[in-house]
Amino acid sequence: MSATPRIHPRAEPGETAATAGMGAIKIDVRSLNFHYGRFQALKDVSIQIEERQVTAFIGPSGCGKSTLLRTFNRMFEIYPEQRAEGEILVDGENILRSKKDIALIRAKIGMVFQKPTPFPMSIFENIAFGIRLYEKLSKAEMHVRVEGCLRQAALWDEVKDKLHQTGTSLSGGQQQRLCIARAVAIKPEIVLLDEPCSALDPISTAKVEEMIEELKNNYTVVIVTHNMQQAARVSDKTAFMYLGELIEFGDTEKIFTKPDKKQTEDYITGRFG
Amino acid sequence: MKVSEAARDAQPIAATADKKSAGPRARISADFLFRNLSAAVAMLVAISLLGILIALWREGWDALHHFGWRFLVSTSWNPVSEHFGALVFIVGTLISSAIALIIAVPVSFGIALFISEMAPRWLRNPVSAAIELLAAIPSVIYGMWGLLVFAPWFGNFEPWINDHLGALPGIGLLFQGPPMGIGMLSAGIVLGIMIIPFIAAIMRDVFLITPAPLKESAYAMGATKWEVARKVILPYTRTAVTGGIFLGLGRALGETMAVTFIIGNADNLSASLLMPGSSIASVIANEFTEATTHLYKSALLALGLILFVITFIVLVLAKMLLLRLDRMEGRKA
Repeated sequence: MSATPRIHPRAEPGETAATAGMGAIKIDVRSLNFHYGRFQALKDVSIQIEERQVTAFIGPSGCGKSTLLRTFNRMFEIYPEQRAEGEILVDGENILRSKKDIALIRAKIGMVFQKPTPFPMSIFENIAFGIRLYEKLSKAEMHVRVEGCLRQAALWDEVKDKLHQTGTSLSGGQQQRLCIARAVAIKPEIVLLDEPCSALDPISTAKVEEMIEELKNNYTVVIVTHNMQQAARVSDKTAFMYLGELIEFGDTEKIFTKPDKKQTEDYITGRFG
Repeated sequence: MKVSEAARDAQPIAATADKKSAGPRARISADFLFRNLSAAVAMLVAISLLGILIALWREGWDALHHFGWRFLVSTSWNPVSEHFGALVFIVGTLISSAIALIIAVPVSFGIALFISEMAPRWLRNPVSAAIELLAAIPSVIYGMWGLLVFAPWFGNFEPWINDHLGALPGIGLLFQGPPMGIGMLSAGIVLGIMIIPFIAAIMRDVFLITPAPLKESAYAMGATKWEVARKVILPYTRTAVTGGIFLGLGRALGETMAVTFIIGNADNLSASLLMPGSSIASVIANEFTEATTHLYKSALLALGLILFVITFIVLVLAKMLLLRLDRMEGRKA
């Protein structure tokens, strides 16, 4: 078993509660540049992401939308040749410069990937794994907590009889919902979704989109998607990126009906990309 | 599916139409030849295995028949009075291999983890190459190094082991004895070093192919490198890692030259790991040329058969362990 659980940042009093409120800026990116070795993947990107809204990043492959998403939890850091310059303020704190334990930063930020990535352990343990990193719960408390997370993902009825089978025994759509449930089990404030539906069938996609709708009530959601209809359906704000630059950012409705930039219009009407 | 099948069927017909040679027929017979050739090569392995087993059984039969089951439990090995028992060597083989595993598994895990998860790219290849070179050193060199360098050096620590570990109740028995340097513990340590490259190389390879998003999902939850390794990478690669460990164990069980140099070659049983002992492979290597009588030679070959069986049992146990782990996780349920 892992050692004593780390103190979850939410346990710190004051700070986050004070700044909470509709319309507040949750993530403030200022002149961000990003390099994979010599290749520059993000060029002077600045964007402000609002709290408890769904923000979608769209754009053709290689435009840097996933790269941008992955800077929010410093995921790039596990690869030595990748580096970011600029500022990313989360709740006013620059996480690129933060001396805080990276685990505490990541605990505030859940992430879900393109392909479902259930851990090689039981369905129950998949959820409990993250919780155990931060909290020491009794067996009964853990059970209540895991059940709650699975219910939130509308997965409970489908898995309640096989909690101790591996996560990989589920269907692709169920696995992805398990991954979302797992990400929110550690009570993050931000949920990052990196093309969460691109490996799923339409019915599973609809279920995941329902979940995203739910998540908005409690979390700041950022979603990268290739599917423009999906961005239009689930997001409040949309950012269009192209060749490492943020071309246009605004209300989803506006981006999809009367965008300011010609490039945006060309992309959403399918003229390129 | 249907279309590609049709295309495949159509191809030979088209070929016959093009040139009225034996083209398609030649292709079929080449395929026939290739299939049977690979089957024959595969069978060769099974046949040699069976052949060795039969030969050992036939040659060792006289000793096994003469001493019966007492051959397995007797600790006496006396070529003069022609009384042979295998227990000393069986125990020596198992214990030296167990020590080797206890040392090699955690070290290999650390090496593999460093290479796959922590080392900067430029360091990855040199470290990997060094480990592979370790596997290329002939075992007789390990034996000489063990006897001439390691054992005298290790002997310096044995008084300390005597005083501290030897004084413990119960397990103290394992660590008492004169500081000779050579012995069961030294043999186990050198064996451990010898099998590290095999285990580490396999662990490294499978750690490197663990999908990045899987690791990233765990990192994204704020897990540390150790937690990711222990809870995600290791379970994910469990089957291959177990395979690697048992490959190493197989080498340790059968290793002859290095062990013969440093195990001490005593043919009595001693509780202490610091005392000299013998393994099955080392006693065969030492005494085969001296085995003048029929029964003596037969006893040595029976030892070989026992080593064969031990290795087989170890492999079966490994398979059963994996099956049980799978079932516990409900993979097969």
